[in-house]
Amino acid sequence: MLSPEALRRIDTEIAKYPADQKQSAVMAALAIAQQEKGWLAEDTMAFVADYLGMPQVAVLEVATFYNMYDLSPVGKSKLTICTGLPCALSGADEAADHLREKLGVGFSEVTADGSFMLKEGECMGACGDAPVLLVNNRRMCVRMNKERIDALLDELNS
Amino acid sequence: MVEVEIDGKKVEVAEGSTVLKAAQELGIFVPHFCYHKKLSIAANCRMCLVQVEKAPKPAPACATPVAPGMKVWTHSEQAVRAQKGVMEFLLINHPLDCPICDQGGECQLQDLAVGYGNSASRYQEEKRVVLNKNLGPLISTDMTRCIHCTRCVRFGQEIAGIMELGVAGRGEHSEILTFMGRAVSSELSGNVIDLCPVGALTSKPFRFAARTWELARRRTVSPHDSLGATLIAQVKGDEVVRVLPLENEEVNECWIADRDRFSYEALRQPHRLNAPMLKQNGAWTEVDWQTALEYVAHAFRDIAAEHGKDALGFVASPHSTLEELYLMQRLARGLGSENIDFRLRQSDFSLDGVRSGVPWLGMNIAEISRLDGALVIGSFLRKDHPLLCQRLRQIAKRGARITAVHAAQDDWLLPVETFMKVAPSAFPVALLEILKAVCSTTGASPDTQFAAYLESLPVSDEARRIAESLCSARNGALLLGNFAQHHPDAGLLHSLALEIARCAGQLRVGILGEAANSVGGYVAGACPSPGSGGRNARMLWEDPCRAYLLLNAEPRFDCADPAQALSALSNAEHVVVLTPFVGEHGDYADCLLPIAPFTETSGSFVNTEGRVQSFRPVAQALAQSRPGWKVLRVLGNLLSLPEFEFESSEQIRDSLVAGRDVTAQLSNDMGRVDWTMPSAPPGLERVSDIPIYRTDAVVRRASALQACRDGTDPVLRIHPATASEVGLSNKGRARVKQGGAATELSVQLDEGVARGCVRIAAACEASSSLGPMFGPVTVEAC
Repeated sequence: MLSPEALRRIDTEIAKYPADQKQSAVMAALAIAQQEKGWLAEDTMAFVADYLGMPQVAVLEVATFYNMYDLSPVGKSKLTICTGLPCALSGADEAADHLREKLGVGFSEVTADGSFMLKEGECMGACGDAPVLLVNNRRMCVRMNKERIDALLDELNS
Repeated sequence: MVEVEIDGKKVEVAEGSTVLKAAQELGIFVPHFCYHKKLSIAANCRMCLVQVEKAPKPAPACATPVAPGMKVWTHSEQAVRAQKGVMEFLLINHPLDCPICDQGGECQLQDLAVGYGNSASRYQEEKRVVLNKNLGPLISTDMTRCIHCTRCVRFGQEIAGIMELGVAGRGEHSEILTFMGRAVSSELSGNVIDLCPVGALTSKPFRFAARTWELARRRTVSPHDSLGATLIAQVKGDEVVRVLPLENEEVNECWIADRDRFSYEALRQPHRLNAPMLKQNGAWTEVDWQTALEYVAHAFRDIAAEHGKDALGFVASPHSTLEELYLMQRLARGLGSENIDFRLRQSDFSLDGVRSGVPWLGMNIAEISRLDGALVIGSFLRKDHPLLCQRLRQIAKRGARITAVHAAQDDWLLPVETFMKVAPSAFPVALLEILKAVCSTTGASPDTQFAAYLESLPVSDEARRIAESLCSARNGALLLGNFAQHHPDAGLLHSLALEIARCAGQLRVGILGEAANSVGGYVAGACPSPGSGGRNARMLWEDPCRAYLLLNAEPRFDCADPAQALSALSNAEHVVVLTPFVGEHGDYADCLLPIAPFTETSGSFVNTEGRVQSFRPVAQALAQSRPGWKVLRVLGNLLSLPEFEFESSEQIRDSLVAGRDVTAQLSNDMGRVDWTMPSAPPGLERVSDIPIYRTDAVVRRASALQACRDGTDPVLRIHPATASEVGLSNKGRARVKQGGAATELSVQLDEGVARGCVRIAAACEASSSLGPMFGPVTVEAC
């Protein structure tokens, strides 16, 4: 199900907790699985549950609670734009409109070619550089006006 | 102890108690949804908010520990305002569809909304809708009604031991669901219906059948396992439409197994036998009771006159009532026959004549919850005894050490410290190993009859670990399960268990009774008297009788060796069957007498702890059915047997147990039993479980239960290593042969099965043509 590399990383996470509390590593394990698979399918969650010796539905509870876990295919690049108050005051709504227009999709939708997904996000803790946009949960882009958005899309498209 | 004041009344409660508990002591009701005394505290419904002195805001009574001098007001203005506020929020997304909701009239939300809700909602916006889930044939869902108390989730985690339901999502998007939309499979799942404070989880078989106020609620007792769970049968007209637990802390607490809850479906048409039937010239005809009973009396009298009294055999299911069992044995003995038995799945009767009393649990059921160690020998514990298993699950959680010796390792949903997996023929050796390890720990000297075997016996690590855990228990027990009682060396296993208990230092030995009246059968005397030469359940078929009377028994499913039983029955001249049901005895019987099932007769069950529980009929007998005890009484009268003038079942019971202490008859002690060390049979050994929904005639006909995963057809289960030795592959088909009998089954590889064994469930259609539940069996791929 997961590569030896991913399993090694999950084992490192498990090692941080007492041996009888492997399930403490569930969030990290899900993040690692998602990074490798792109999103969390039900059988991926089932695998993580069995790997950590916890009930499968308990893994589902965690995966559905946090919105950085994706439970459906996300496209090649997932763009999560913060629409929290500081970002909104600094032009996040315009940036979101621009993204919707350029990509032709709404929030939580994937472009027809499968290359982009647009998602609405919550505060990412970088309000000073609002509006903030996150690419694939890992790369943070700041001060996202129209020009910088266009440049980002060009870069991701190339 | 801590003194607190609630609503101006002072009360002393234990340190660490909650405000809610203290209020309950005072008889003050605090409204709540998520709190349940048997479940962990979640404090997520917020309905129990109360005012606490010096606290800045209302506190949840269920999760607030008491402190010395604490002053609490449960109905002050602040408290009631908070409770009303919570109620308003709970009702925002609740559909308010009480008129079409099955919970209507017995709904905690509805009841509390009367006191705390407004008559009209201020909420104008759209309500949320949650899609219903398919949780299987037993539980119906209306998830929009859910208020997220999570009782059902906590029940699964904490009581049933298997977390099948969970809360997905967050905030407004929270919903209760199962992983991948699976059906729930727990054998205790029906309890979530009782736990659900709203109409989100309701009974599927009961759906839209009745309103709670139309139903008469009558107390009865479960006829299935030996726990004797107390039940409330809810009756509409003359039909039982629902069964609920009657809380009884000493027996079933507030739970019942799904088998107890849903088996009532079998008590309806088309399953029931309506009238007495006689087979004449190969065709069945309905007759009146008089004709049928006279036919039986003549038949028995003729057989006895022609072939001797020994030619009559009396076979009862251990799910029959005490009164039925008693009158059956009186009838048999009145006719001069000692061929009587109710222990139909047992094959070893070496204990008859040497046991000191009636085999029983060896302790009260409630005492199981105080054990700190238990060795379970030969038991499909979780499915055979769902609620006893639940008690063991709770003590395991508190640190009790559970170990097991068995031929098939199923997940009991509790931590089993050491599981010694051995083939049935190796059970005695496994127990001898444990005995040796126990003796070397405690220095006790084993009884001479075992000493010779112990000398050169190598002791496995598992046996050593089990011995260590037994010796460290201060209040431990050895529990012999159904499998150990069915075992061909049951007597030896029993005496080894006693010997281990003695050598380990006064451990208790308990017999987990198989059926509702496994203890009651002995109390009623429904087995051959020692030394009388009467035929026991094995000899009844091995040495066939000319005529049989079957009481509630279905030999194809209820006997240790169905093939042998059927051949004896089909060669008999007369087979008279007292049964509530149609469809089973047509081939061999010549007279069918419709008797009332447990809901339509009065009677008693003696549970595994020796508790005599009597019950009244909860519904009118269907069609021409008559209570079994009345039928047997009239038969006794027709045969002019002395002292057969019973007016009521109470009179029968009292003549048997009144003034006599049943518990004084209970004992698992025994004299010395004759035994020989069994050797492994050549080839493979059969391991038989009785699937949970195949145990007795009632549950086998309960349609919703049969639709559950536990009701599916049995497969042949075999260890992968053994499978490759005999050329079987997973999901393939196998031809199974046992003596002259044969059948075909699907194969499932299962590492839980001991090597050298095949596990084939008994009491099932697919395996009913096979031979004994134990012993050699051959399999080949086909």
